[in-house]
Amino acid sequence: MLLKGNEAIAHSAIRNGCDGFFGYPITPQSEVLETLAVLKPWETTGMVVLQSESELASINMVYAGGATGKCVMTSSSSPGVALMQEGISYMAACEIPGLIVSVQRGGPGLGTIQPSQSDYRQAVYGGGNGDYRVIVLAPNSVQEMADSVGEAFRLMFKWRMPVMILSDGAIGQMMEKVVLPPFKPRRTDEEVRQQCPWAINGLGLLSRKPNFVSSLELDAAVMEKRNRAMQEKYRAIEAEEVLYEEYMLDDAEYAIVAYGSSSRISMGAIDQLREKGVKVGMLRPKTLWPFPEQRIGELGRQCHALLTVEINEGQMVRDVRYAVAGQCPVEFFGHSGGVMPSPEEVVDKMESIINNR
Amino acid sequence: METVYKKPRLLNDVTMHYCPGCGHSLVHKLVAEVLEEMGVEERAVGICPVGCAVFAYRYVDIDWIEAAHGRAPACASAVKRLWPDHLVFTYQGDGDLACIGTGETIQALNRGENIAVIFINNAIYGMTGGQMAPTTLMGQKTSTCPYGRQADLHGFPLHITDIAATLEGTCYVTRQAVNNVANVARTKRAIRQAFQNSLDRKGASFVEVVSTCSAGWKMTPEQANQWMADNMLPYYPLGDLKVNGEKK
Repeated sequence: MLLKGNEAIAHSAIRNGCDGFFGYPITPQSEVLETLAVLKPWETTGMVVLQSESELASINMVYAGGATGKCVMTSSSSPGVALMQEGISYMAACEIPGLIVSVQRGGPGLGTIQPSQSDYRQAVYGGGNGDYRVIVLAPNSVQEMADSVGEAFRLMFKWRMPVMILSDGAIGQMMEKVVLPPFKPRRTDEEVRQQCPWAINGLGLLSRKPNFVSSLELDAAVMEKRNRAMQEKYRAIEAEEVLYEEYMLDDAEYAIVAYGSSSRISMGAIDQLREKGVKVGMLRPKTLWPFPEQRIGELGRQCHALLTVEINEGQMVRDVRYAVAGQCPVEFFGHSGGVMPSPEEVVDKMESIINNR
Repeated sequence: METVYKKPRLLNDVTMHYCPGCGHSLVHKLVAEVLEEMGVEERAVGICPVGCAVFAYRYVDIDWIEAAHGRAPACASAVKRLWPDHLVFTYQGDGDLACIGTGETIQALNRGENIAVIFINNAIYGMTGGQMAPTTLMGQKTSTCPYGRQADLHGFPLHITDIAATLEGTCYVTRQAVNNVANVARTKRAIRQAFQNSLDRKGASFVEVVSTCSAGWKMTPEQANQWMADNMLPYYPLGDLKVNGEKK
């Protein structure tokens, strides 16, 4: 099928047995809700689709829906995702599964409606309060948009936490050929009960203690214990769930680190540089948290210099520098959004790094 | 000997954190009684607020979700749509429901979500120590309007229940109180009606309970009850505003 990235998200959600989508229109992600409205999954799989009154309501619908053990999601773009941060913090605190698809546009404020990666920090470090993390998947094609939905559903229930698909206006809007996943039925109430004994849905209450979710804990010592347990979970995720892709790194003397749209641009630059005989490759994080820190550290030893290419003013570059820990210089190239880096600009930047060594 | 009255099984045997004379404990008991009488605890989900009832899950022995401040109606909307055969209700105070969460309240009611909303109106922020609420009366003194609520500084009390009655999505809107035995019995009937409407998917139900806050009002429980009868009830008169979708 030939689909937009946003449309692929909608199709894939239905096919992966999603129970509910709660969303609010915002450019450039509105096709997710629009596609679901056209497909009418409530008549086929029974999936709930609701246009909420705000992103604030959407994320709290996901919070509560996830708390009942259902497989639920929302999607939005930068200013809308900013409004959701409080709810994401609550989901992390209460260990509630839920998917947030973020189709980034330029910022700050209303910004532009064109593609950007300037919400890297918002996604990876979070804008909500407290010591929490969100698993962040970074697809770079329409096919990966479709595939990431099932992966996000798996991860959010495995680790009981919010998972974000961090896309951007380019991947959301562009059309590519895509093979959609096979249909998987929604879980029955009995399956929900068995898989989520912690869930708030009343099922089996007469033969168990009541369940509740609350992020409030007035006893600081108990709160710290709870936070430490969550940190242990995060360390396990960092050990088990890092995903990345390598491109021409075997003999590389220089490497680009880029994800999502900017990785596609960077591949074009690498092909041009290779033709000129420059030994350059790319590491593409497919998870931005957990971050492929260890592999980037190895590249810091292998290469003369690393370059991050981002559609922002330099956000991921700090994480790459942290991973490299001074073993080699880490440079940055980018545009802030709407204005996109071209492969030629990336080639120029890499050549200037090499010439100035 | 015949038992004529007992603590509901669903009301936990723990000390409540509520102040003496507070209406919350009574309404909690009514919720527990109604759920028990209806026999629906295996398909009931309560959404508790930020405010004095933040710990409702400690007292009424069913499954609860604690919402962020003001977001309970959005939470309840999702739960009811995902679990259409369940009884889903929110339990909220005036600051939560009629101030920070006004948007969610009106939108959920207007969508005709099949949920029950229990609204405790004590005209003050109790949990944070007695600040001005959206329902604080004109002239009423609170810690953030220490010289009394004035229109030019603070605007007017919000008649959220009257607004609720105008929305096409609501099927049942009523205002009750728990200041005497007869009113407690009426409030219980109202909660039962609202819960039944949720199960029967008749639309949104809204039960306001005009209540007291002796600590926030700086009165004894007895004085607070009297002050409520003298000042709150003339402004927030008791009775049904809408029944079976028909405005009264």
